[in-house]
Amino acid sequence: MIRLKDVYLEYLTAAGPVAAVGRVSLEVAAGERLVFIGPSGCGKTTMIYLMAGLLAPTAGVIELGGRRVAGPDPRLALILQDYGLLPWKTVSQNAALGLAVRRMGRQEQREIVRPLLAELGLAGLEDRYPAQLSGGQRQRVALARALALRPAYLLMDEPLSALDALTREHLQELLLEVWRERQVTVVMVTHSIEEAVYLGRRLVVLSPRPARVQAVVENPGAGSPGYRASAEFHRQCGRLRELLDPGEQRQAAAR
Amino acid sequence: MVLTWRDLAIGIALIGLAWWALAAAVSNPAFPGPLPAADALARLLVAGELAAHLAASAWRVLASLAVSLVLAVPLGLVLGRKQAWDRVLAPAVYLLYPVPKIVLLPLIMVLAGIGEVAKITVIFLVIFFQLLVTTRDAARAIPVPTVLSVKSLGAGEGDIYRHVVIPACLPAILTGVRISLGTAISVLFFAETVAGTSGLGYAILDAWHRAAYSQMFAAILAMSLLGLSFYYIIDLLERWWCRWQYL
Repeated sequence: MIRLKDVYLEYLTAAGPVAAVGRVSLEVAAGERLVFIGPSGCGKTTMIYLMAGLLAPTAGVIELGGRRVAGPDPRLALILQDYGLLPWKTVSQNAALGLAVRRMGRQEQREIVRPLLAELGLAGLEDRYPAQLSGGQRQRVALARALALRPAYLLMDEPLSALDALTREHLQELLLEVWRERQVTVVMVTHSIEEAVYLGRRLVVLSPRPARVQAVVENPGAGSPGYRASAEFHRQCGRLRELLDPGEQRQAAAR
Repeated sequence: MVLTWRDLAIGIALIGLAWWALAAAVSNPAFPGPLPAADALARLLVAGELAAHLAASAWRVLASLAVSLVLAVPLGLVLGRKQAWDRVLAPAVYLLYPVPKIVLLPLIMVLAGIGEVAKITVIFLVIFFQLLVTTRDAARAIPVPTVLSVKSLGAGEGDIYRHVVIPACLPAILTGVRISLGTAISVLFFAETVAGTSGLGYAILDAWHRAAYSQMFAAILAMSLLGLSFYYIIDLLERWWCRWQYL
């Protein structure tokens, strides 16, 4: 379980302190799939950095499985927007990076990474460099790198935002499959309403900066087959749209 | 890009042709054409005299380059990563960088004698700053999310240097070495003409004093060969170390 209690973060700028995250309290149950959605620049990425222990909150507490987060945690894996793949490492070297950092032997690394790459549809590409891959393949490598660590918590910051629509849908299916099989607790950030509704069991709408929890939407249908075509899916998308931009809804109604 | 023999042959042919035309136009014994110079080069290399000068110069360039790399690269990487350090050291670097260090040669010779140490020191002083600034700027350009994503895997500071900072900066460092090499050879020429009786700089000056112009140009050709070999080796190293840049 991930628990945020009164988490507050401010940056010091030349003009004085600026609040980036304002008093957020939230619980993510084990095995849950939670999606943050909010306007761009609202501090979604900052929330992910906080939970990953890459930033320390100015006030408040973040706990991971009952333990206070004070830095990168081995039970947690992070996937960032730009994939974070290293251009000078091959696909298998990138996928094994977390294991190498944990001083695992080469042979052991290979035993974990090879089947994982095959599972994610990257067999035969082990010796390629990221520049030789498509966007979707790169994202699969980033996923492999995270999963190689067998994390209990998976944090993803707009992992699919750079992909074309079709690749994006394929990868959404892959994510659902991977999450289901591994019983991992997922926190994902996206700015796409459709993606949030398709993937997130619980949707947390964040306010513009400083980020606050504006609304929490339960979304029990997430990930079920055919959900994307259902009336319920479109209703949920409409609800989110209204929560994110109530002004525009009113204008649309007036027209 | 690694030079192919064909590219090299074309380059030699172009320079040879221009040289030949220029020498023919000037028509002065002080400016021999490419053929007498090449002939003298072959004879002197075989005789061993010029080969010894070439070896002495190569050693000086290599030693000063090695010392500069060992000191400038680690410092540059750290300065690029730690802004606080850079803020303290950058003003000093910028104050010293533009000073033509060659003016310190007389002082260095008083302090270190006229031997190898003085020559290597003055070359080091010139190229150290070039390598330092190139390396620092490359390290500074590494995107923060790249470092953070590797940190999230549990990487310590040493892992960050090994897996991220050093490989990211390597192409820029090699470019820095290429630029420094040209500078190093010019400074070397100067240092070798001021004192000592070895090295290509001395050989050029010596041949000039004896009005042995073919020999003088043979030594100039040897200097060009020295640079060419170094560039070739750097290209090969880059091909090998930075394979990801050549896909």
